[in-house]
Amino acid sequence: MSADSNLSKESAAVTAANPAVDGSELIRFDKVTKRFGSNTVLDSLDFTVSSGKHVTLIGPSGSGKTTILRLLMTLTRPDEGTIKVDGDYLTHEERGGGLVPAGEKHVREVRKKIGMVFQQFNLFPNMKVMRNITEAPVHVLGLSADEAEARARELLELVGLTEHADKYPTQLSGGQQQRVAIARALAMRPQVLLLDEVTSALDPELVAGVLDVLRDIAHTTDITMLCVTHEMNFARDISDDVLMFDAGRVIESGSPEKIFSEPDHERTRQFLSAVL
Amino acid sequence: MSEISWGLWKLLLDGVWITVQLTVFSAALAAAVAFVIGLARTHRLWVVRFLSGAYFEIFRGTSALILMFWIFFVLPIGFGWQLVPMWAAVLALGLSYGAYGSEVVRGAVQAVAPAQREAGIALSFTPAQQLRKIILPQAWPEMVPPFNNLLIELLKGSALVSIMGVGDIAFGASLVRNATGQSAPVYTVILVMYFVLAFVLTRGMRLVERHAKASVGRAPQKREGLRTRMNGGRGDELASSGATTAGGAR
Repeated sequence: MSADSNLSKESAAVTAANPAVDGSELIRFDKVTKRFGSNTVLDSLDFTVSSGKHVTLIGPSGSGKTTILRLLMTLTRPDEGTIKVDGDYLTHEERGGGLVPAGEKHVREVRKKIGMVFQQFNLFPNMKVMRNITEAPVHVLGLSADEAEARARELLELVGLTEHADKYPTQLSGGQQQRVAIARALAMRPQVLLLDEVTSALDPELVAGVLDVLRDIAHTTDITMLCVTHEMNFARDISDDVLMFDAGRVIESGSPEKIFSEPDHERTRQFLSAVL
Repeated sequence: MSEISWGLWKLLLDGVWITVQLTVFSAALAAAVAFVIGLARTHRLWVVRFLSGAYFEIFRGTSALILMFWIFFVLPIGFGWQLVPMWAAVLALGLSYGAYGSEVVRGAVQAVAPAQREAGIALSFTPAQQLRKIILPQAWPEMVPPFNNLLIELLKGSALVSIMGVGDIAFGASLVRNATGQSAPVYTVILVMYFVLAFVLTRGMRLVERHAKASVGRAPQKREGLRTRMNGGRGDELASSGATTAGGAR
């Protein structure tokens, strides 16, 4: 009834190439249901993501893709079911042999493994670029200011914005802001990076720069990525697996080659012909 | 009618000093009340919201003058506290104007885009850190202009204390008028005095406002257009309002 994208089978190559990635299960959704009013956005959803994998969620808008990311980031809570991240329950705690809704502190601990980049960047306008990136590492992870700054400089170099460290976000273009947002998320050294339609708010000519940075990260790091995007070429480039969503369920999953070239499902074919 | 002597003018000038003190102390108390009550009114626990909401409604709905009398005359009978008129006045003005100010704080805090809080959550800031590092710094520039209005209101409202015999400008004026019978020069002069004080306060708040806007990366503007003002109310716009340069968000 639900699609279990069984990713661990294919992880051997990545594991061999990069010993830090053991291909173990990093994210597990277990019968997760999410409703908004009478609208069931996710319907008893099961799926898993192995560590080091890059998974792209595609599907028509309203199919629940973004909700999955928001559930993982605990920006919204599931109505039913459980989510595990790296073996720990995300929104629940085990207590007295049973599962109870997790307290704020537990959620915050598990959440540190997850980073997110938003469609609208959501940089803090009251902080310069450097402080946007260093604030959380210093005050949440407890890094020293020097360490955090060194880490931020590396990341700014990675996203190609070294010379903009002392600017306010409003002084940057949308594409630059999004690249800062990527650096900010990475500065927390998350195990999972959630990318929520990160190019949708950008002018067309700025999209490429952001995607290049993400490709670079996807190909050079072992970070697990969960990505909602309408950029199908990008999805094809970076994904190990593509999950096709419709009406709150995964209706099909597989390698990008398979999904984009010869999908099994008629709904997938329709969707792809509409967006490609 | 007799001439107004230097000594009588001096009475008015002493009144200015009392008015300034009243305004400063009341404003300090009002600001503290405004932040505590205003933030409590956005709290996630309904009990906190209810109690702070009740405070707001009660103090907004009662007259500062009657409150002042109540503090001065009823508190000593009921609770055995006798405050000197000056402090009774500061308490009454601070509590009432704090209630108005809480509305400013609440409005500005709620006007910060929810996405900003979400970004804070995504970086695992605690709720208190989100408030201190993200929400309040962005809400602050929105608070300054309405705070300026309230401050001027408070300055002028401080004239109420003359009824209780606190020697402020208005009290000095009534003394001088009683002594000399000259209403026109006296009241004209104190009109000007209040205006000058209000003008100085407004100038000061302008500087505060400019500094506050610079602190969220909004360049100081000589004149603020309607468009930027509307954008300023919403944080997601705020993030891109300066980026009407190359590649704004939309």
